[in-house]
Amino acid sequence: MQDAAVETSARELPRPRVASFALPALLFALLALTPLIGLVGPERYLLGLVTRAMIFAIAAIGLDLALGCGGLVSFGHAAFIGIGGYAAGILNVAGIDDVALVLAASLGASALFALATGSISLKTRGVHFIMITLAFGQMAYFVANSLKAYGGDDGLTLTNRVTLVGRDVFGGTYAFFYLVLALLILVYLSARAISASRFGRVLRGAKDNETRMAAIGFNPYPFRLTAYVISGVMAGLAGFLLAEQSEFVSPAFMTWQRSGDLIIMVMLGGIASLDGAILGALIVVLAEEMLAGVTEHWRVIFGPFLVLVALFARGGLIGLVRGRRHG
Amino acid sequence: MGEALLRLDGLAKSFGALRVTDAVTLDIKVGELHALIGPNGAGKTSLIHQLSGALAPDAGRVLFDGQDVTHLPMHARARRGLARTFQITSVLPRFTALENAALAVQSRQGSSFRFFGHAAAEEELNRQALEALAVVGLAGRAGVPAGELSHGEQRGLELAVALALEPKLILLDEPMAGAGVPESQRLVEILRGLKGRYTILLVEHDMQAVFALADQVSVLVNGRLIATGHPDAVRADAQVRAAYLGEAA
Repeated sequence: MQDAAVETSARELPRPRVASFALPALLFALLALTPLIGLVGPERYLLGLVTRAMIFAIAAIGLDLALGCGGLVSFGHAAFIGIGGYAAGILNVAGIDDVALVLAASLGASALFALATGSISLKTRGVHFIMITLAFGQMAYFVANSLKAYGGDDGLTLTNRVTLVGRDVFGGTYAFFYLVLALLILVYLSARAISASRFGRVLRGAKDNETRMAAIGFNPYPFRLTAYVISGVMAGLAGFLLAEQSEFVSPAFMTWQRSGDLIIMVMLGGIASLDGAILGALIVVLAEEMLAGVTEHWRVIFGPFLVLVALFARGGLIGLVRGRRHG
Repeated sequence: MGEALLRLDGLAKSFGALRVTDAVTLDIKVGELHALIGPNGAGKTSLIHQLSGALAPDAGRVLFDGQDVTHLPMHARARRGLARTFQITSVLPRFTALENAALAVQSRQGSSFRFFGHAAAEEELNRQALEALAVVGLAGRAGVPAGELSHGEQRGLELAVALALEPKLILLDEPMAGAGVPESQRLVEILRGLKGRYTILLVEHDMQAVFALADQVSVLVNGRLIATGHPDAVRADAQVRAAYLGEAA
């Protein structure tokens, strides 16, 4: 009997995840069908809006990897969006439009910024970490403001979207929509794989109990720094896409309010769930658009909603959908 | 045998005017189960913290396996084979018992910068983790989140995680703390089974457990070691009786 119990308990462990793919799969399927709305109504702007929401979902997944899995409450993640966007804008001004080069520059610049700021800010914990990431974010914001050659605080208009071996394949609304959806799915699956990997397990363990991890030989620092860089690169990808979508980039990409929005997206959806980050981003971006149509003080309506979620749905909205398991 | 695995050389630590560790010099030999006893406030936990790297001594040295580890952080000492358990249970509550132990196996194997592949499904890690759980009788509870285990089971899990590291030395910081009588007896039996296979420094309040298990006993009072030796000799020591055993009885 005892042996049988050992056998089953060991075998059952690795498999609780099949069902947990149902929700994101449904979400992605719905997103993929969004363009059909264009058939029944003239709502082309909705497609742009959902594209924008998906771009923020990419950034939110990135933040959730650091915040949810790593316990690193970064209040400066908008900086990566800005850096990814400015890399695309500056290369556009220089006449470089090849997608591979621009993407490499956006992601590379985000990675370098994450490495430089992370290696310093990760020496601190808790409120200090929040403040220092905010400070780095503000520094990036003011640097962008002072880039006179690239529009200063007016921002920078891109002449065209990136090209693939010289051809304009991302110019169309639908093509760009599906590019973003494909990247969202790729980022999501990567984040899930990372979270479940050996690396992710150390990261999650260090969030739960740092001393315990030290006692079994793990120094959390290199794991956290790596996670921070990956997280920053994902947000940088979002910045690249945002600049490409609007063919515009400005310091407004990297305000501290934007960093706060990213945290709200993650908290609203459900910390560390990754699916929740997507849901949170969709809700925040769509709610902002809808409510802003009703009143410019749309946060007066959205604020109490956030309070209710914080009070009654500790695992975020995704926790409500899944039942209580995720808290 | 006979060679010191852990050597404390004139270790000293003060908090303000309070000397919690006062010129402690001690050898723990390979394969022995060495018990450290002392009344409340004698500085036992502070000493354990200095051995494991959680606390830096003001003076003196900690030599482990022939190397000076005085200034190494806890994780570096753990990597060299110095495992510890905590007086106040310290497990990863949201990880299953198996994953708690599997993380220790993963640490020992050394390759944690792997970003793909489902860690919780790695058979080799899980097999070794399950072996460690089986030693403390928790194999049947492998799939339970550590936070949902009973207090006694969590004490067992602490030990299993230390064992999963396959350490050269295990520091046990009051493993019976808070455990009931039957649980304590079970833990004593488990430790008896480990004797000789591991070098163990046991800090414990439970006198019966200590004298049933230990090859050597050291007595700490007010941060100073007042006696070290065979359990019977220590029990007979007049100074020890005055300072500690009389008081405890």
